Amino acid sequence: MIDDIVKEFLAESWENLGQLDSEIVQLEKRPTDTDLIASIFRTIHTIKGTCGFLGLPKLEGVAHSAENVLGQMRSRALPVTPDAISLVLEAVDRIKLLLESLESTGKEGNDDDTRLIRKLDLLASIPQAFLKTAQVEMSTPETDEDTVRVPGASAPPPTTEVTKPQTEPTTSSEPATAEDKTSEAVPSFTQSTPETQPASETTTTPETKPTPQSEPATPNWEEHARTAELSIRIDVQVLDHLMNLVGELVLTRNQLLQLTRGDEESRYAAPVAQLNRVTTHLQEGVMKTRMQPIGNAWNKLPRLVRDLSRVTSKQIDLELFGAETELDRTVLDAIKDPLTHMIRNSADHGIESPQEREAAGKSETGRICLKAYHEGGHVIIRIDDDGRGIAVDKVRDKAIRQGLITESDAEHRSDADLMQLIFHPGFSTAETISSVSGRGVGMDVVKTQIEKIGGTIELTSRPGQGTTIKIKIPLTLAIISALIVESGGESFAIPQLGVVELVRLSSSDLRKIERIRNHEFYRLRDRLLPLIPLHDIVGLEDSRESVEEANIVVVQVGEDQFGILVSQVFDTEEIVVKPVGSLLKHIDIYQGTTILGDGRVIMILDIAGIANQNGGLPSNENLQQDHTEGRGPEPTNVLLFDAGDNRTMGVPLSLVARLEEIPKEKIETAGRRKVVQYRDQLLPLLTIDGMSAVGDESSTIQPVIVFSEGNNSMGLLVQGIRDIIEERLTMHMNSNQPGVLGTAILGGQAVDVIDTHYYINQANPEWYADVKRQTLTRVLVLDDSIFFRQLITTTLESRGYDVLAVGSADDAIARLDQGERFHVIVSDLEMPDIDGFQFASACRVRPELSSTKLIAMTSLRDDDLLSRANQAGYDALLQKFDPPDLVATIRRLCETHGRQQRISA
Amino acid sequence: MTTTAPAASATNTATQVAQQYVTFRVANDLYGVPVNVVQEVLNPQRIAKTPKAPPDIAGLLNLRGQIVTAVDLRTFFDLPPLEGETEPMNVVVRYRDEWFSLLVDEVGEVVDVGKTRMDPVPHSLAATRRGVLQGVLRLEDALLVVLEISAILDRRKG
Repeated sequence: MIDDIVKEFLAESWENLGQLDSEIVQLEKRPTDTDLIASIFRTIHTIKGTCGFLGLPKLEGVAHSAENVLGQMRSRALPVTPDAISLVLEAVDRIKLLLESLESTGKEGNDDDTRLIRKLDLLASIPQAFLKTAQVEMSTPETDEDTVRVPGASAPPPTTEVTKPQTEPTTSSEPATAEDKTSEAVPSFTQSTPETQPASETTTTPETKPTPQSEPATPNWEEHARTAELSIRIDVQVLDHLMNLVGELVLTRNQLLQLTRGDEESRYAAPVAQLNRVTTHLQEGVMKTRMQPIGNAWNKLPRLVRDLSRVTSKQIDLELFGAETELDRTVLDAIKDPLTHMIRNSADHGIESPQEREAAGKSETGRICLKAYHEGGHVIIRIDDDGRGIAVDKVRDKAIRQGLITESDAEHRSDADLMQLIFHPGFSTAETISSVSGRGVGMDVVKTQIEKIGGTIELTSRPGQGTTIKIKIPLTLAIISALIVESGGESFAIPQLGVVELVRLSSSDLRKIERIRNHEFYRLRDRLLPLIPLHDIVGLEDSRESVEEANIVVVQVGEDQFGILVSQVFDTEEIVVKPVGSLLKHIDIYQGTTILGDGRVIMILDIAGIANQNGGLPSNENLQQDHTEGRGPEPTNVLLFDAGDNRTMGVPLSLVARLEEIPKEKIETAGRRKVVQYRDQLLPLLTIDGMSAVGDESSTIQPVIVFSEGNNSMGLLVQGIRDIIEERLTMHMNSNQPGVLGTAILGGQAVDVIDTHYYINQANPEWYADVKRQTLTRVLVLDDSIFFRQLITTTLESRGYDVLAVGSADDAIARLDQGERFHVIVSDLEMPDIDGFQFASACRVRPELSSTKLIAMTSLRDDDLLSRANQAGYDALLQKFDPPDLVATIRRLCETHGRQQRISA
Repeated sequence: MTTTAPAASATNTATQVAQQYVTFRVANDLYGVPVNVVQEVLNPQRIAKTPKAPPDIAGLLNLRGQIVTAVDLRTFFDLPPLEGETEPMNVVVRYRDEWFSLLVDEVGEVVDVGKTRMDPVPHSLAATRRGVLQGVLRLEDALLVVLEISAILDRRKG
């Protein structure tokens, strides 16, 4: 019996102490946060109370003295200084040691705590002497504090807090103004000091385990109290057992469903339906119990960084984002140690001393930023520091010294390659082995652990600027919300995250689906939405013919939207994502599998994978062909149209906003220009140069290809739309003819590809001038294909960027040598002579380009590419050619770039 | 890089012959897999199709919350599907920490082969697929073809 109580006490104490470390560190930064002090006080108080109850005198002694100190801090009789904090942390450490000993031996151990207790008592007994200075010290930061305090987290006025915590519940929820605060804060000191002891005695603890003094929690601590009261501790084994039982229950329920199916009259029907519902919810609920916020894995980190910065005399800010991101607990356990390792590395090796930082022109305080978020069915954990980065030559020298590589070996390796040596077992670059890290087990262990749970780790580093580590962990058991749809007689789940809207089509609406040869489109409001029938994606029979209606699930990938045509949409369900089995892993249209509430197994579609398959990017098979046939541009969707006189021309579909059919009588002539009133705007209309009469004369309908940019649009009058074909666009002849980019062989015939840039300019010469004036961003575009060079230039110039395009890395370097500067360089990866990797490496050694963002473009799909591109120094890797994605990426990079500049300024 | 799962190593090692086999029939032949890799044997199950998967992947089934990949041995051996109303039975095996179900016509029994020597695969059979058949055991009343699980379930191209 006693054992159980002790066990429970230990578990509870460990949990509280984990939180305590980070709270105490926060307190050092926000010394006047009364909520925080109160929370720390309560934790220690609980431990003390329970110790007394269980007869653990040593623990009780340490906890009691620590509580006294905190009580003085809480009543503001004692200033919160780093030294005082250190002492409290020391006490917490001692408590942990005692608990450990209790856990392993069942006794408190024989360590002598008297010195620590004496120090604590001394600190707690001197506040009277501090009182005068304290008033000054405390009231000043108080004012600052209030201005930055998060609403809702605001502390109640100190008087309320200390003297009568139970009686004034409402004041706590109202953010007190700074004036209120200061005026009340001063009298509080005189008032509260004599009452310190009584106040701390009546303070209650909201923990589930009652202490002798336990009373209802005060409204001041409502939030803390609520979480504490609403959670209980359960043995994980119990949960696992529960999960298995639920699994069995689901099976039994399924059998019952089978038995009653088709017999609606049965008197079992209603109870079975009810059982069905309850079981479903039970199953979901039990699944969710395994999920924990990632914050649980990193609540030790603030303490770690704080201790480190004191030991190393550095100033380090640790910022944590996304603590609420949920992970399966097994995954969570697995990443705890690697995370600690990496943060330790960043603090110890990455961040420089304040002097060093100042000399380098950085702020004295280093910054480590830890972020967790969901992305594409994975959990991403990013660690960014703004430290010194990793010096490649040091890595190389060390590796040679360690005998990991030979000198001649090193000669042949790229910087990116050398950087990978960090993950080599037994590698550590720290010059001296410190107490903090550098024990020679480090990144290799981290890598192994991450890979063990099916994750990947990427490291990029810029000398002088910092290091970024990106860990990608599969969601294994993460729960997502998904739309359950049906097509071809099979059900699939579409992650709700990518779903924009649902469009239901009645049988008459079905006629609104337009076909351009093999491609289907739907006119959704003002745009032409490309449709991909789900049965096509998964290669099933089209089941739509038998049905009178269909549904479009509009999904978004990057900035592109497309519609997935399905025959039925069921419900949205919370589903547990399970990894795809090894035999199905290579199929990129699935991101996972799941078991529905009724026990059915269904596949979870990967929207990005589907978009890639249908967006003109090569599938795996195509890629293989690419390798055997040699390098070639990737297939692109090209819209072929009849420009008039039976002349076929082409334009990349990605540049087309939509296809319209305008009644001829609506076309007006204004001056020499043709326009049409379209949605309350005038759409300028142009014909292909040299073509005058367009449109089928017998028809009253004029086909128009619309190009659009922001609020501006222009229409190109054509004879008719011929086709959309997917082919590798290789420009065979460059044209001197204005408006024609060049000639390509498409569908077996030579087709002139039009220069949209030219026509947009023709329609509205001021168009670009307008945007241009607003911007200062200069972009260098490097691509050996004139077609893509032109395409990227058009895209970027239309968004107002100042673009220079060159065809080879040599040209680009020559420009840079001439002193030309760019904010962003967009480079192709696959180029003859100097390829994109070599080019980036060459850029990254030029100090004047340190703030230039590098974006790589590729037509290949290869998992290695991203890490290789990162190692070469690229900030982003994009697939060719997705104009919105490129623009969004440039915008994103330039924003961070701007922010960094502001920081260093 | 990857360590071999214990189950796999047991079947990989030629010298080590398992004592007990779970037997089952596919078409007219009697096959067996070592009893230690078999988790359980199930009656016909509802199997969810996995479009775009290789043809011999029949789909996925839910075994008490565990997703099991079903491999249709008939398709795997290029045999015609089962005729009539008969549905295949499941021999659930664990390989490399994953669950698989081998779809078979009929599950037999657990046979103790004692010290029976395993004969190499006859040439006429060996032609089917390299490595899939581990050997042949002569039972009293029949020939038992021992399957190499890893060759069926490991499709990584190397």
